[in-house]
Amino acid sequence: MIKESALVADNASFREVVPAGDYFMKVVKKGQIFRILDLEGNQAADTLFYNADEPTERYSAVDTIREQGNVYLTTGTKLMSNENNVMLEIVADTCGRHDTVGGACATESNTIRYSLDKKCMHACRDSWMLAIAENEQYGMTKRDITHNINFFMNVPVTKEGGLTFEDGLSAPGKYVEMQAHMDTIVLISNCPQLNNPCNAYNPTPVEILIWD
Amino acid sequence: MTTLSSSKEVTPGGVIYEDKIAPACHWSLRMRKGTILKLIDDEGGANVGMLFYNPENMLERYNAPDTLKGQHTFKLTKGNCLYSDMGRIFCSIVEDSVGWHETVCGNTTKEIIKEKWGEKSYQEFHNEWNQNGHNSFLVELAKYGLGKKDMAANLNLFSAVGVDDEGNLQYLENNSKAGDSVELRFEMDTLVLLHTCPHPLSTAEEYPRKPISYQIIKAPEVADDDYCMNFRDENGRGFQNNEIYHIGGCCHD
Repeated sequence: MIKESALVADNASFREVVPAGDYFMKVVKKGQIFRILDLEGNQAADTLFYNADEPTERYSAVDTIREQGNVYLTTGTKLMSNENNVMLEIVADTCGRHDTVGGACATESNTIRYSLDKKCMHACRDSWMLAIAENEQYGMTKRDITHNINFFMNVPVTKEGGLTFEDGLSAPGKYVEMQAHMDTIVLISNCPQLNNPCNAYNPTPVEILIWD
Repeated sequence: MTTLSSSKEVTPGGVIYEDKIAPACHWSLRMRKGTILKLIDDEGGANVGMLFYNPENMLERYNAPDTLKGQHTFKLTKGNCLYSDMGRIFCSIVEDSVGWHETVCGNTTKEIIKEKWGEKSYQEFHNEWNQNGHNSFLVELAKYGLGKKDMAANLNLFSAVGVDDEGNLQYLENNSKAGDSVELRFEMDTLVLLHTCPHPLSTAEEYPRKPISYQIIKAPEVADDDYCMNFRDENGRGFQNNEIYHIGGCCHD
């Protein structure tokens, strides 16, 4: 459901542009609202969440899908943890639909999807691996890397049980906003994928804004 | 009744071992490359939660998103391969009389069971208790030094969940009939965790207690015209990745 936010960018307590191919890792406090802004359109922000006090509690795609009884994420979606607690809730969304079935790109899965000789091209999972290596304070390893949200990605499921990758519903300036229900580590890979037509083979930056 | 034959005496396609898993139970087993795990829904309406790990490196695990997006599918059936997060195929669905297995709805938890069907404690009901899928996996994971960090989105074999145009989930009742079966041919050595707890979206009035039988079958050689390998170009590349992984031969060759 499309819902615009009343929040004004000038009042944000934090703003940072994340270039395509980089990661973003930061704790958002309980009650804070954060926005992912698709600056140039049809970008994918591959996102994971962890309980900042106990990172073994983390975002769970299957628990989120099952509890809301719907495969797509939009305004009103409660993002559930593997302990079946609400971690965050989507409070505004000008895109209308986000994916949590398709997972992230990895160098290894790129070999299957595209070609074995694409194996060394930069991928979301590599950004996450660098993030956990450079942020040892969270004590995270590959075990903690799980199924993510693809903000701004449009992956329709058909009645017959197919999965299609459609051109994004997003456009320059579209955004999604979430309010944290617990202190949450936000880990985003701003997708570097060069092989997928859904971003016109052109990954672009996103901006993160946080309001207290 | 458990039966075991010497695998050396069994010809390709023959049954090496067969056994049953009671309802609301969990178990784990190591499948070898070149063997088939055939699961049979004895009474109809079974659900089998399943997870895969590479016993040589437990960080490599079943990856539902890669499995679905790599084959542009939401449902899983004959022809589909079940992928690890490392671009390899744990197993291929070589036969399937069911037609649709799902992998996005996760497990029952103690709370879900209590809300749907009420609590049946071990103290009162012993092994007829209302066990849940989440705890079943935690127990099996712990046997191998794994924990909740290692739990990924699982398969729910024999269960189907579709979606409408708006993305709303629709649990398909009576998806699996008595005698239905699915056969998983393992393309690399794999640790298999499974449980027979109900599907979390089951609409049954009472906690469904559904047993399964399973057989371990000696698989024929994978031929160049193999159905699963040729089902999609992606699967051909997945088989190539497995071949690269096994350069020099696998441990038991």
